[in-house]
Amino acid sequence: MIDFLGDVVAWFLDPAHWLGSGGILGRTWEHVQISAFSTVAAALVALPPAIWMGHRRRGGIVAVAVVNIGRAIPSFAIIALALPISIRLGLGLGFWPTFLALFALALPPMFTNTYTGIAEVDPALVEAARGMGMTESQITTRVEIPVAAPVIVTAIRVSAVQVVATATLAALVAWGGLGRFIIDGFAIQDNVMVFAGGLLVAGLAIATELGFAAFERRFVPSTASRSTSEDLLADVTVAPQHG
Amino acid sequence: MIAQVADQPFVRWDWIVDHVDDIWAATWEHIVLTAIAVGVGFVISLALSMLALRHRRTYGPITWVTGILYTIPSLALFAFLVPITGLTTLTAEIGLVSYTLLILIRNIVAGIDGVPASVRESAVGMGYTRRRLFLEIELPLALPVIVAGIRIAAVTTIGLVTITALIGKGGLGFLILRGLNLFYSPVGTTQIVVGTVMSVLLAVAVDLSLVGAERAMTPWARSRHR
Repeated sequence: MIDFLGDVVAWFLDPAHWLGSGGILGRTWEHVQISAFSTVAAALVALPPAIWMGHRRRGGIVAVAVVNIGRAIPSFAIIALALPISIRLGLGLGFWPTFLALFALALPPMFTNTYTGIAEVDPALVEAARGMGMTESQITTRVEIPVAAPVIVTAIRVSAVQVVATATLAALVAWGGLGRFIIDGFAIQDNVMVFAGGLLVAGLAIATELGFAAFERRFVPSTASRSTSEDLLADVTVAPQHG
Repeated sequence: MIAQVADQPFVRWDWIVDHVDDIWAATWEHIVLTAIAVGVGFVISLALSMLALRHRRTYGPITWVTGILYTIPSLALFAFLVPITGLTTLTAEIGLVSYTLLILIRNIVAGIDGVPASVRESAVGMGYTRRRLFLEIELPLALPVIVAGIRIAAVTTIGLVTITALIGKGGLGFLILRGLNLFYSPVGTTQIVVGTVMSVLLAVAVDLSLVGAERAMTPWARSRHR
């Protein structure tokens, strides 16, 4: 066991394992790149309808169904299905099947959490804003979205962490990423490389989680600190008018 | 080869008809892997929850450790275990069990915390011992929240079992992996679709059975449901 861990350390100390297209740095970049693309694309597609439906407070059943179906379809199955679909669409191997799969995977939690966050904004706040003469779009952008911001950021975090985790399987559909070390390691029965790949993947997933948590602490006001409607309305009234 | 793919059918029904036995065997393996994982996970979670409920200070560290386990991608966790326990069912189960812990512990503790203090005091006043209070009052009243946790854990596990195909197990995941290796042929895509559909159906069936079991075990809650 000690010998084995020594081999793992030696693997990490070998500069040849870091550089080049198949090196740790290149694989990390591939992993981060595809995860970021898929998460951002899913946010652009999922957030607007979720916010709109949350604002109308309709479609709760849809929101619950979406997340339940999303949970029931295995992420491995989504990756596997994306490959032949991508081939049939003429998009080929590698980037596109991975992107399609991760995008599909990120949509449900993003949609449902955002919908819930907006729909659960205190109705008294919305009524007060309406009474003050705000238009519906003003209510959404100046009251509901700011109040639900912590929930929305959590929604994005949950999806992003799941995407980073599943991007490990991208190696199966000929995209790179850190999963390559594990999957290639299994294939050539190189346990040292498998273990090292596991450390890299776990490290990236935990870093994503902690990164989002730090971002939330720094930039997203927690709802708890401004929970009373008076505080919030004060903010709203002070907010300058744009257009 | 790839250029002709578009003309071929995505699903070949005759393959399914010819392989009903294979599909059933994979489904059964899937059920067994899931049942062991959720069963063992529940026993461990119950023990850790009782520890956390009795000694509040342990709840933070317990959720912290199980939270990290939950965040580690399954393939990475298997990568850590394979050098130690090999390509075995044990490796698969250690991984699967560790993903159930956070979900189950959170719900067990929340469920038992939700038992009204007045109910607990009445029981103590009636002379219930700590053990009887736990088994006969707290656990039954916490059942809906606990079952909600088991449902999420079971459905999540059914999905994760497919990934154990990469370490030589997998149940329906084995069909998906075999299909992925033949992705350019209808025989391959058929297996991917069959593995996926069966896995989703299994998740729905297990979820509905757990709802049914909860209803049967909490007759007092029935009048409130309607």
